Amino acid sequence: MAHFTPISAAIGGGLIGLSAVMLMLLTGRIAGISGIFGGVLDFSGDDKGWRIAFIAGLILAPLIAGVMGHQMPSPGMPASWSIIIIAGLLVGFGTRLGGGCTSGHGICGVARLSSRSVAATAIFMLAAIATVAITRHVFGV
Amino acid sequence: MLMTASLLCGLVFGAGLLISGMVQPTKVLAFLDIFGAWDPSLAIVMIAALTVSIPGFMLAKRRSRPLFAAKSLWPTKSKIDQPLILGATLFGIGWGLVGLCPGPALESLATLSPRLFVFVASMSGGMLLESIWRRSRPLPQRERDLANVADG
Repeated sequence: MAHFTPISAAIGGGLIGLSAVMLMLLTGRIAGISGIFGGVLDFSGDDKGWRIAFIAGLILAPLIAGVMGHQMPSPGMPASWSIIIIAGLLVGFGTRLGGGCTSGHGICGVARLSSRSVAATAIFMLAAIATVAITRHVFGV
Repeated sequence: MLMTASLLCGLVFGAGLLISGMVQPTKVLAFLDIFGAWDPSLAIVMIAALTVSIPGFMLAKRRSRPLFAAKSLWPTKSKIDQPLILGATLFGIGWGLVGLCPGPALESLATLSPRLFVFVASMSGGMLLESIWRRSRPLPQRERDLANVADG
């Protein structure tokens, strides 16, 4: 537990929960990022304005933090381009097929006490833990 | 007002991901690596988010309508079906490979990292493939309408 950061995790988590509650109270929408972004990509979908505004806010946050002197560290990514592409395809396809991601199911859905979202969260957590266990401890990547 | 409120919510969400450290894929992978040097921070993020959102959603459910829209669009699906199980499994594998889920991936575009652009482009490709695949399946219209409703 060398890098455990409970205080910043609790503050950040509280803000994520607050954002989900604000979005519902103000706009009546669920703060599920895969659903919000998928709706922007959908050809036939309307109701795109609020979605684009939310994602713009998401991308603006680290830029504002940077101006305030808190530069966002460069994200640690795998060296292999093919792993990045395969992972991206799986995350995109899987979140849309399953109806949500870490935010839509993991936070909003679990907070609504939806059995679908509790099941989805348990499944994607276990699948991710198994993937890391296999890649790191079996293949030693 | 809908747009301003939405932008503000995106900013707060982004600040939360940033402060919690969940924009960093290596930190997410350290949580998923329960057989390695385990970092439980992501569990604290989830617990803190739920501590705020459970009572917040209870309050929101009691209100007749949101402030800047005609009605609240609560998800309507309740059945644990095959697409949910398969979709969550595929997402979990992809998440475990790189440590990025959609929120942190989009937010990290701000770093202008080429690897992030390739990840987001692939993720968009996966989403488009799913929508093409879903449209190609012979389903009754009612079921098709229902299938289009995301949980989040």
